[in-house]
Amino acid sequence: MINITMNNMKIESEEGTTILDAAKKARIKIPTLCYLKNVQEPGSCRMCVVEIEGVRTLQPSCITHVSEGMKIYTNTKEVRDARKIILELLLSDHPWECNTCDRNQDCELQKLAEEYGIKEVRFKSINEELPLDESTPGIVRDPSKCILCRRCVTVCQEIQEVGTLSPRARGFDTIIAPGQADLLSEAVCVQCGQCAAVCPVGAIIEKDDIDKVWEAIDNPDKFVIVQTAPAIRAALGECFDLEPGTLVKGRMTTALRMLGFDGVFDTNFAADLTILEEGTELLTRLKKAIVDEDKSVALPMFTSCSPGWINYMEHFYPELIPNVSTCKSPQQMFGAVAKTYFAEKVGKKKEDIVVVSIMPCTAKKFECNREEMTDSGVKDVDYVLTTRELGKFIKQAGIDFVNIPDEEMDAPLGISTGAADIFANTGGVMEAALRTAYEIVTGRELPFDKLHVVPIQGLDGVKEASLKIEGTKEEWEFLEGVTVNVAVAHGLGNAKKIIEEIKFGKKHYHFIEIMTCPGGCIGGGGQPRMTTDEIRKARIQAIYKEDEGREYRKSHDNPALKVLYEEFLGKPLGERSHHLLHTKYFNKKDENV
Amino acid sequence: MSRRSIDQILEGKPYKKLLSSEKLQQSEIDLVNTDPKKTQYYGRIVLDNCGRINPEEIEEYIGTGGYQALGMALKEKKPEDIIKIVKDSGLKGRGGAGFPTGLKWSFAAQEKESPKYVICNADEGEPGTFKDRLIMEGDPHKILEGMAICAYAIGANIGYIYIRGEYQLSIQRLEKAIKEAEKLGLLGKNIFDTDFDFEVKIKIGAGSYVCGEETALLNSMEGFRGEPRLKPPFPAKSGFLSKPTNLNNVETLANIPPIILNGAEWFRKFGTEDSPGTKVYSILGHINRPGLIEVPMGITLREIIYDYAGGMSSGEFKMAQIGGTAGGILPIELLDVPLDYLSLQIEGHNLGSGAILIMNETVPVVDFLECCMKFFVHESCGRCSICRIGTKQMYESFKYLREKEANYDELKKIEELAEALKLVAFCPLGQSVASPVLSALKYFRAELSKEIDSNEDYETITREMSDIVFDYS
Repeated sequence: MINITMNNMKIESEEGTTILDAAKKARIKIPTLCYLKNVQEPGSCRMCVVEIEGVRTLQPSCITHVSEGMKIYTNTKEVRDARKIILELLLSDHPWECNTCDRNQDCELQKLAEEYGIKEVRFKSINEELPLDESTPGIVRDPSKCILCRRCVTVCQEIQEVGTLSPRARGFDTIIAPGQADLLSEAVCVQCGQCAAVCPVGAIIEKDDIDKVWEAIDNPDKFVIVQTAPAIRAALGECFDLEPGTLVKGRMTTALRMLGFDGVFDTNFAADLTILEEGTELLTRLKKAIVDEDKSVALPMFTSCSPGWINYMEHFYPELIPNVSTCKSPQQMFGAVAKTYFAEKVGKKKEDIVVVSIMPCTAKKFECNREEMTDSGVKDVDYVLTTRELGKFIKQAGIDFVNIPDEEMDAPLGISTGAADIFANTGGVMEAALRTAYEIVTGRELPFDKLHVVPIQGLDGVKEASLKIEGTKEEWEFLEGVTVNVAVAHGLGNAKKIIEEIKFGKKHYHFIEIMTCPGGCIGGGGQPRMTTDEIRKARIQAIYKEDEGREYRKSHDNPALKVLYEEFLGKPLGERSHHLLHTKYFNKKDENV
Repeated sequence: MSRRSIDQILEGKPYKKLLSSEKLQQSEIDLVNTDPKKTQYYGRIVLDNCGRINPEEIEEYIGTGGYQALGMALKEKKPEDIIKIVKDSGLKGRGGAGFPTGLKWSFAAQEKESPKYVICNADEGEPGTFKDRLIMEGDPHKILEGMAICAYAIGANIGYIYIRGEYQLSIQRLEKAIKEAEKLGLLGKNIFDTDFDFEVKIKIGAGSYVCGEETALLNSMEGFRGEPRLKPPFPAKSGFLSKPTNLNNVETLANIPPIILNGAEWFRKFGTEDSPGTKVYSILGHINRPGLIEVPMGITLREIIYDYAGGMSSGEFKMAQIGGTAGGILPIELLDVPLDYLSLQIEGHNLGSGAILIMNETVPVVDFLECCMKFFVHESCGRCSICRIGTKQMYESFKYLREKEANYDELKKIEELAEALKLVAFCPLGQSVASPVLSALKYFRAELSKEIDSNEDYETITREMSDIVFDYS
């Protein structure tokens, strides 16, 4: 511990702490703008500058560490003036469209301007109107609003390691651009939306599809149904100032019904379906490899739920195409089932059914527009709204979300298990798959406390586990004594790590779960801002709590699925499944510029 | 290298032939011919050979005693002795910041990690500065020798010269010099039959001003965007490829061989107590003899203009900008301030890169500042918000003033912005934007205020009124 004084208060602080963190502990707020804990600490926006006795210039508190005897002033005239000037400068290069901006009342710049009492901007507006980039299905870029904090660049280059966004040109002409291209569609972008999730202003947002959904609901000829991804229930509350990690499944269901959807369903239903299909696929591959000694079987198998990961794989590692599970993502499985099986059940034409997805994800907007996602005969999923969009949608309808009662989702596509809930978390798909696969092979429940596979839970970037299979059922005897090695990576940078290790023969796995976003879907690019590690943990805990409170916790126990297979699909990997629930991937390496 | 040639160099004897009697291949830039009747010839340290020897012939450099210092250093001195000599000499970095060179070397020398790097910063980008160019064109081996001595002192075996791409002749001559020195065994393995190895490579910059800042230079060398890095860690601890790195300006390194050869005491005979040695200036503007001069630290601006530069070419002296676009403006009152690090610091200025731009009364301060700011708008790296937008607003303000569109608040606003830049900007570039502005406000406020006063005419008032009418129409 070292002693410092801050604004004449004596405080003790741990060595190695930044002034910013020390101030936070001392209940002193220092404004930040480019800073994002654990993501980037570049010290470049200069909002967080403080005065340190004996130092000529003001120092950025986010990167300056405290030292013994340091005297810090966070609120002197110099500091206040500097911050005001920085804000005035930023505002002079910002379009004053706050009222019509997507980030109105949710904008860090707007908030700071209010907090620092900016009553006028003495500098004349030098903001140049730059063209809006709406070239991709998921992401909209408005470079005129960009304040060049570079959070997006850091997540794109260092966390996701996709490297689409980077600063271009220099001086006042600097812009954040997709490499040398002008439009995102001309560059390789996996649409993960992590850039949109960290943008402090309205410069990068998801494409707003709320009006299209209103239109569908308003159309009396359409039967509009909605599915909600597992991660929404643990995050939507944050749009209404509820504590991170508040479970709002019941209120969400009520709100969706109040919005006018004709059926309120759950992507979880399709997540359970995915486990049956994918689990069977894995076991089939293992059998071919071990019993038939078929060298053409691609192992390890990778999961395929995360559309950003699929985009990444197609562009950067197309050689892995045979290794990736052919299963569609739960969202697309839901769409295909809804427009065939469900349409039949309710006696509607598939053309008249509109499937709306609520997703924590911007890449899902891209995925539902992929040409091959039309196996029902029409577009399987029509519109995707992010969690943030749903929050706005509910506000537009004047629903008092916090105080409405809980309701249950509709049958049959709203019935699901706890195994589907945990799809939201990194490690969750793997855990759900193991719960089912282990039981298929041994006839016994996964032998872990509360069915949790602890080594693959949590926020470590790459996690692994080994499971020795003993006491197999007769038909799975070939797996007797086999140790199944699995791995989990979240964030594409970590995915890259794992792939490179496999490529160089350093690691050998049977099954690998990849989720595009840090923390998994609970940290998706469409989730309420700002997703920090603390918030990730809160959402993850909430999801596990949801899972543990369920009547059914293993996908194969889902009663609605049993009916689906009996009445419609036949068996996992059967002909109908193959047609509706599985897909193929494309080598897009040539499109890389 | 043969025994004979090593001895020859160590004894200061010509290696192959004496200085060429033919017309020497001169650099493209002429040295200012000082008038011996008027000025005292102080002797040169850095530019001693420039124009006297053929820079493309290594023998001629050796003929003047070249590489003798390196030989001496390797044969007779320990690395710590070298650092002590450089420290004792009081040499300060000639790139602009004026940091004590010996001290800088000692930081890199302390580091245990290897490899270490020596980098010669030849990205001379400060407008009006072309001293390093002449040194490189006129005496390239002196830089190589200085780098080798530095490498020996800090424990490095690899050196880079980061040079701006526009300096084609410098690049050619340095490349040739490296080849010739390698051929003679003065670079490469086992130099002077010792176990000291040193190789030098050239990296060519792409023309960004900020890459002259040492950490931006490192980023550029590593293939990243040329933007300053956070300090600490300083390059001495974590520089090129995160290894200990010592960066010096061309002129600084060119001072090294003479210092090692003649000793710290000899060097201290030049210049002032605080700032020993000489300084190479590029002088330009409204003077009769623009060009390069090397003079002792501490001579005055008046001496430079009237003794060396042959006086004003037209009109009366109004102001001089010292140290390139990032430098402060000196008015007539400061003509007699000694030009050295300490004296200028007392006046709130920096010696900077060594450019002296002399202007007569025909140059309006506001036009001049607008011009300076235009440069910074383009050359700010775009990383920190206050520099990126602040330079642009500063430029707009001066344009506004020049067009007589500004109101009374403009100067106050400019001053606040300049103070904030000085206090808050991320790197020396942003901080130095304030230098010309604040010095202009200090010495030429009356003139700048006039740009506003003329606003009070009838036209402006009617224009303002018509604006209001327009707003409501």
